[in-house]
Formats: sequence, structure tokens, C-alpha cells
Amino acid sequence: MKYWIVSALAMLSAVALALSGANEYLFFAGFVVLQAVILATGWNILGGYAGYVNFGVPGFVGVGAYTALALHLLFNAPLIAQIVAGAAMAALLGLGVGLLTLRLRGIFFSIATIAVVFILEAVVMNSRFLGGATGIQLTRPNDVWLFGTYTRMLFVMMTLMAIVALSVARYVQNSYIGQGLRAVRDSEEAADCSGVPTLKVKLIACAISGALLGIAGAPMPMYLSYIEPLSTFNMHYAVIALAMPIIGGTSHWLGPLIGALILGTLQQIVTVTISSELNVLVVGVLLVVFVVAAPDGMIGLVKKWKTSSK
Amino acid sequence: MDMIRRKLLGVTSSVVLVAGLATGGNALAADPIKIGMSMPQTGGLGGGGKAALLALQIWVEDVNAKGGLLGRKIEFTYYDDQSNPANTPGIYTKLLDVDKVDLLIAPYATGPTAPIMPLVKQRKKLLMGNFSFQVNSKIKHDMWFNNAPWNTAEDWAKGFMEAGKASGAKTVAILAEDGEFAQNLADGARPYFKKLGLDIVYDQNYPPTTKDFSSLVRTIRASKAEIVFIASYPGASAAIVNSISEIGLGPQVQIVGGAMVGLQFTPIAVNLGSKLNGITNYHVYVPGMPLPGVETFLKRYTERAKAENIDQLGYYLPPFNYAIGEMLEQAINATKSIDDRKLADYFRKNEMKTIVGPVRFDANGERANMRLVTAQFRGIKDKDQEQFRNSGKQVVLSPAADKTGDFIYPYSKAADAK
Amino acid sequence: MFFSFELLFEAVLFGLMLGCFYAAVSLGLSVAFGLLDVPHVAHPALLIVGSYGAYMLGGWGIDPLVSGFLLMPIFFLIGMLLYRFYYETFESRGTAAGVNGLAFFFGVAFIIEVLLVVGFGVDQRSAEADYIGESLRLGDLRLPYRLLIAAGVALVLTVALSNFFSRTFIGRAIKAVGQDEGALRLMGADPVKIKQLAFGIATSVNALAGAMLIIVSPVEPTMDRIYIGRTFCVVVLAGMGSMKGTLAAGLLLGITESLVLTLFGASWATAVSFGLLLVMLGVRPQGLFGR
Repeated sequence: MKYWIVSALAMLSAVALALSGANEYLFFAGFVVLQAVILATGWNILGGYAGYVNFGVPGFVGVGAYTALALHLLFNAPLIAQIVAGAAMAALLGLGVGLLTLRLRGIFFSIATIAVVFILEAVVMNSRFLGGATGIQLTRPNDVWLFGTYTRMLFVMMTLMAIVALSVARYVQNSYIGQGLRAVRDSEEAADCSGVPTLKVKLIACAISGALLGIAGAPMPMYLSYIEPLSTFNMHYAVIALAMPIIGGTSHWLGPLIGALILGTLQQIVTVTISSELNVLVVGVLLVVFVVAAPDGMIGLVKKWKTSSK
Repeated sequence: MDMIRRKLLGVTSSVVLVAGLATGGNALAADPIKIGMSMPQTGGLGGGGKAALLALQIWVEDVNAKGGLLGRKIEFTYYDDQSNPANTPGIYTKLLDVDKVDLLIAPYATGPTAPIMPLVKQRKKLLMGNFSFQVNSKIKHDMWFNNAPWNTAEDWAKGFMEAGKASGAKTVAILAEDGEFAQNLADGARPYFKKLGLDIVYDQNYPPTTKDFSSLVRTIRASKAEIVFIASYPGASAAIVNSISEIGLGPQVQIVGGAMVGLQFTPIAVNLGSKLNGITNYHVYVPGMPLPGVETFLKRYTERAKAENIDQLGYYLPPFNYAIGEMLEQAINATKSIDDRKLADYFRKNEMKTIVGPVRFDANGERANMRLVTAQFRGIKDKDQEQFRNSGKQVVLSPAADKTGDFIYPYSKAADAK
Repeated sequence: MFFSFELLFEAVLFGLMLGCFYAAVSLGLSVAFGLLDVPHVAHPALLIVGSYGAYMLGGWGIDPLVSGFLLMPIFFLIGMLLYRFYYETFESRGTAAGVNGLAFFFGVAFIIEVLLVVGFGVDQRSAEADYIGESLRLGDLRLPYRLLIAAGVALVLTVALSNFFSRTFIGRAIKAVGQDEGALRLMGADPVKIKQLAFGIATSVNALAGAMLIIVSPVEPTMDRIYIGRTFCVVVLAGMGSMKGTLAAGLLLGITESLVLTLFGASWATAVSFGLLLVMLGVRPQGLFGR
């Protein structure tokens, strides 16, 4: 119950902020942070709960974005339809990748996910309809109901999506799926022997994780009024989606949120005070530092500190 | 308590008074006019972008030395978009919402400019184009004005194709980069080639990240095309020239080149050296063309460029970027305002006087008076920058008013000619 | 498209040369991942570092091939240290070495990429040498020297490594440690030291491969991404740990890529290695020559 109250409050504050006269750029930048929360949360369902590292995040983001684009070009579909379609296609992709590679060992799964990114990128580059490597410009509606500008509306929509993502992750964690995934992470063989339907839970996780990553990507074409494959299928998304849960903590749905907020803030500070290239370095360095020294993330550190100070 | 309060009041009010006087006194000259843009400083277009930026900075300094415009100094803000189209929407949003600039100039080149067209149209901002090609054709923004001396694909390819036809060639190969510029050009060129009665025997795109062109060059050779029309950006242009030199195009090729961006950047041209010989490409200014304003400007530009280690000859972008500044200056002074709409109306109706000659715009914001030259590289030596100051190194084939020599064909003969 | 025999023949020839080069670039990974089971996704990033190293030495007038050899001892040390760190942090603790080890190398690869951007910028860099840009002319055929040299070095390297692993004591110990660590320990050899040595060798081979890379094509910092595809494709195709298999797999990839380039154009070229990889993983994960 507490969770839903906090979520409702968060939603209301986002709407209030969007209706206020705050600087437009706040919403432009805010979108990026919210997108990071969704990416991290989505990734963690497979990566953190089950231990299967998906490097193919950009592929799912791309599928979400380009499905949304296709719907816009063909039917001038509203944003919510684009998001739902993007999520569905990405879920299918997740299912497909899962079926193909889940029988393989961990690292092969991960390498296969990287392969998916480049193959999908090549598909887009060969499609003139989707813009090829040139990209496509989009026109957004000028007057938006209630919020005035499209960017503000997108900000509110992303807040809603972030809450959806966190709720899904919370549900999965506490359900039998989460139990199954934990069993797989700890020892897949043992889980198999004890009768856990490992393939089924892994596939469900693949689909859900994929769907959330697709949601993160679907609003992108409308956000920038422009889309092209190189930046959409950029490995940068993979590093962020990996780093944030590892920094925050992979075993709990709060972890990705914490990681996204910490990393997001740090990135902004570094960009403003030092340089924008170095802010990307911060992500990599923090990832390595946490993986080496604090593999359970911030949540793990807090737990340790609590038990040691008793 | 009372004493302290009165003293505090006294101090505060005097501070406010002084501050008021200070700002009030400067109010006339205080507010600068903010002009903002992103300009590729690194990445494939960086070579051109750096030269262009220097020219704009020279203009800003010239104007501010005269006291600014409308009594206000110009404050110029720029960011490096790294030649990456994905970076420009974010940069221009930042320029408008965080830096709060008054006027926008487009980044150099079609690629980085295309993504911001919807944005500037939605925000109703004037955008001064910077060497883009037909980037406004889909968006149809009515406050767009491009400084480049070209308009349609037919205008562009005409000189090249006329030379090709003169050699009796019947077949053409099109190699176009998958990017806004080359695709716009190829889309416009294809119907024109068909109109000329030519047979398109090869028509391929390549992604901008392609590094090895050996297979493509080989396939073009196998197609036995006599005219090879290439539309490419700097990184690829250099790689293609290298590949042609390494693999060869075959004896049947009469003319090669057309729309290879980057061969006009001095560092790239010097690096490629003798490999350029025989290639027929477009240019906007070749030494010898009667544009005295350009010559004077380039003298000043070269001194600054030497100090900053940039393209020292500056024959491509710099004069035209200085011209952007001149056009803004003329319009702002004439309309006595920096309002986007007023300036746009002025541009639409009037002829600008600039160092690159008179500039008029058509209904799409592109040049109504074109001046693109088609030139063939001849007798280029390796590692020699100063040779490009001689007009004989880039023989102008068209337009007739600027012609300095005849087209030599086939390509292999031209490559060896002195 | 055209189906001229001459064109296809040239494409295959080009593919063979390219393939030798891909094999050379993957040899280090064959050792690190194929033999030692280290999830070394940072291997291509180190390859690019080798290229930039050759580029820097080229600034002092040193030929890139020579630079490659000069860099080998430095990279050997880097490899040893990297493995040691990886071992102490992940393998020895026996933690979820899967996720964390992968994440570690991925992070390292990313850091290397960013540092290269900060240090050298995003622009392409090339090497300069007399043989780059010239071709061997056989009738109408033109074989670029840069590819011939890279192919030649690759062949020599493959033969050398293959012999090393089958003829020398250390080499066989390395092969053994991959197959049965316990047995090796019983025979008196320290498996950790052996693995360290192997990793060092793998990384030093990478230095030479990096020098060849910059001879063959211009480099820029994000190139490691597509080479993840090419190297893992070759290693998986080969079947883990076989040197000769690596050469054969490299040739297969090279020819496939060249044919796709010629017949379908450049826009599918990047996907070839990844597509081949996926097919192998789906159909025959132990590779063509795997144990």
C-alpha cells in the first residue's frame, strides 16, 4: 500500500512540475533520467534476478523506437499506441533471443545479445522506409492538451512508464517468477533438479525485460523529432543499463532506481563542471569499481553497514 | 535594534541605488545579441567546421569592433557536435532553453542540420543554413536561408554531366553515401541522368561508417560504367580516392567524381596529393575567380589559420561563413530588429551584398543565383599545400564565365596529364 | 548485381586475404577465451589500443609492423597483470563469476574506448608506410600490399602459435590447464601461473594484430564493437582453442564477408560476422573443429 501511495505522489508531482512554468530544458533532460530508470529496471529483471547478462540492450531500445516510428509513419498513431506496440515487438524479440540462446552458457548468451544489436541495425540501415543510415525527421503536433509543449507531455508520460516499470519489477521479484529466477541465478542445475520450470521462467523474464527496454526506446523518435540507427543502436545504452543496477544493487527492484539516480546526477555534475566526454568515463569507472569492490551494489553496502553497526 | 535596522536600510538602499545607476547607465549597451550554433570540430566534417568557425569568429570580432549591431555587442556561443547528426537536436534545445540565444545559425553540412529542421520550425526560429543541400525540401520551413551557392541536383550535376557527355559516354554508375546530403543529391540526380538518355548500370548506397571501398570499387569496375558519379562525405571521399588509386577503375572510365565533399578541405587535398589527379569535382571558389572581397578576406583568414593550425588556404567554407555574418548584419541593420520573422521577410525580398558576391533567395530559402563550379584536378604533386594557390591545379570546366581549360578524358589520361 | 566470374574470383581472393587477417586478430581470443575460458570481451578494445600504439610510434617514423613487434613485450605484461587482477577478484572468489566477470571486462572495454576518445579524439587515424596504398599487379588483378602483408604475418603467427602449443612444454601445459586443472596441479605445475602466461601471450599477439589493423584500415576508438563480432565469430566457428581451426574459421568469415560486400553492397557487411555467429550458436555451438 505504501508503495502505491508513494507512486501516486510521484506521478502528481511530475504533473504539477509539467504544469508549472519551469524551464523547458528541465523536461528535456528529465526525460533522459527517466529513460535510464526504465532501462536499468528492465535490464535487471533478466540480469540481476536471473544472472543472464544482456548486452543487447540497444537492440531492444532500437526495436521499440523503430516500431514506434513505423506506426507513426503508417498510421500517425498516438504516442500511447506507439509505446504499446514498441513494447510488444521488443517482448517478442526477447522471447526469440531467449529461445535461441538460453540453452547456451552465460557468456554465449551475452555475445549472442550483442549480435542481435548489429543485425537489427543492419536491417534498419537497409530499409529506406525506416530511413536507412540517413535517418528520418518527424513533425510533432504543435499544441498539446493540458501541458502546452510536447516535451512536457513526454516527461509526464515517461514518469508514468517509469512507475509502470518499477511496479512490474516489484511484482516479478515477489512472485513465483522471481523465486524461480533466483533459483536459476544461484544454481541452474540444482533448480532444474528440484523441478523449477527454469526454461519457462527464463523466457518470461526475457519477454518482460525486453518489453520494458522497448518502452524505454519507443518515445525516442518523438522526443528528438529525428531518429537514425547509429545513435539508436548505440552500445552506450548497454553500459548504462548494466552499470546502474550493479551500482544500486541487482537483487532488489529499488537497486536500479537508486543506481539510475546516483549515476544520472553524477553524470550531470561532471558534464557541467569538467567535460561531457569524461561523464561517459564516469559510468565505466563506477561499473568496474562496483563490480570489483561492491558487487551487491549500494543496497549491499547499506545492508553490510547496518549489520556491522549493530 | 533600531539603530542596526536603520543602518542596514541605509546600506541596502545605497547599494540598490548604485546598482540601479550602474545598470541603468549601461542599459543601452548592456544586453548583447546572442547568436548560437553547433559546429563540427571533430569527426568527419571537423576539417571544414574548424575553418568555418574561424571565419564566423572573425566576423563577430569585426562587428564588435565597429560597436556591435543596433548598439549591442554580439555574443557568440558554439558547441562541437562531432559531425554526429544525433547530437544536434540536444545542442539546439540547449541553445534555446538554457543559453537563451536570440538567433540561430545551422551547423556546417546537411547531415548535422537535417535533425534540427523540425525543431526550428516548431519553435518558429530563423535558421541561417550553412552549406546544406535541399535540407528544407521535406520540412518546408519558411524561415530558412542557405548560404551555399547551389540549388537543385540538376544545377549541381550539370557541369559534370556535360563534360561526361562530351566524351561520348552512355553509361553511369552512382555511388552515394547513406546520409541526408548524398541521398538528396542522388534522388535528384537520377531523373536528370535518365533525361540525358544515360543508362544507370550501377546504383549503390553505402553506410557512412564504411572504411574499405575495395569491393565497391571493384564492382563499379566490373559494371563497365563510363561515368562514375560519387556523392560522399569527407571520410569516405578520402577513402574512395585511396581505393581508386589502389584498385583502379578500369580503362573505360571517362569521368570520375561529381559530389565528393572533403576534397575541398586543404588538409585532405594535401594528404591525397597526386591521387586526386584526373578527378572532376565541384567547388565554390577556385583561385582566379573574380571575387575581390574573398581575396582580401582570405589574407586575414590565412594569418589567423596559421596561428591556430587550421585549413590555411580556406577556399571552401570560410568566405561563405563570413557571408552569413554579413547577411545577418545587413538584415538586422535594415530592419532595426532581431525578430526572426522580420529578418526572414527581409531576406526573402532583398538582395544581400557579401564578399562572395550578391546573394538572392528563392521561395524555399535556397539560392536563386547559383555559382557552383566544376573543376578537374590536374598535375597535383604530393605533400604540397601552396600549389593549390595556382589556378592551373583545379581547371574550371564550367560555368562558361569561369572556364579556365578543357576537360581531358578518359580518366586515365587526365590522371597522367600535367 | 553482376555475376561476372572475374568479379567473384577477385572477391574470393580478397576474402582469403581478409580472412587471414581476421584469424590473426582472433588468435589472442582463441587462447584467452577458447583455452582459458575467460569472458574477455575487452580483447578487441586492446586490439585497438595496439593500433593506436602503432600510430603513436608511427609519429616517430617507425614502421607500423616494427611498432607491432616493439609493443609485444609491453602488452605481454599488461596481459599478465590483467589476468592476475581478474583471477584474484573473480575466479578465486568463486562468486557469480559469470555476471561479474563479464560486466568487469565490458566495463574495461568501455573505459578503454572513452580514454582513446579523450586522448586521440573521434577522428580516424591511419598509418603511413610505403606499401600502404600500393598494389601487386598480376595482369588485370590488383592485390593491395597492405592486405598481403597482413595475411602473411597472420599465417606466420598462426603456424608459430600452433607449434608453440603442440611442441613446447609451456604450450602443452597451457592446453592442459584448459582441459584439466587438477591433473596439471598434480604434475607440479602452478595452474594460475600458467594461465597468467597464456593470457600474457594472448595479449602480446594482440599488439601485433593491432599494428596490422591500422595497416589494413583507418582506426577510430569505437571500432572494438564490430571486432567483438568478428573475433568471437571466428573463435566460436573454430571451436574453442584450436589454432588451426581459428585460421580456417577466419578464412570462412573473410570470404563470406567479401562475397556479401560484392553481391549485396556495403550496408550488410557489418552484420555478416554477427549473423554467422548466431547461426553457429544456434546450430553447432561447439564450432566446426571443436572438441
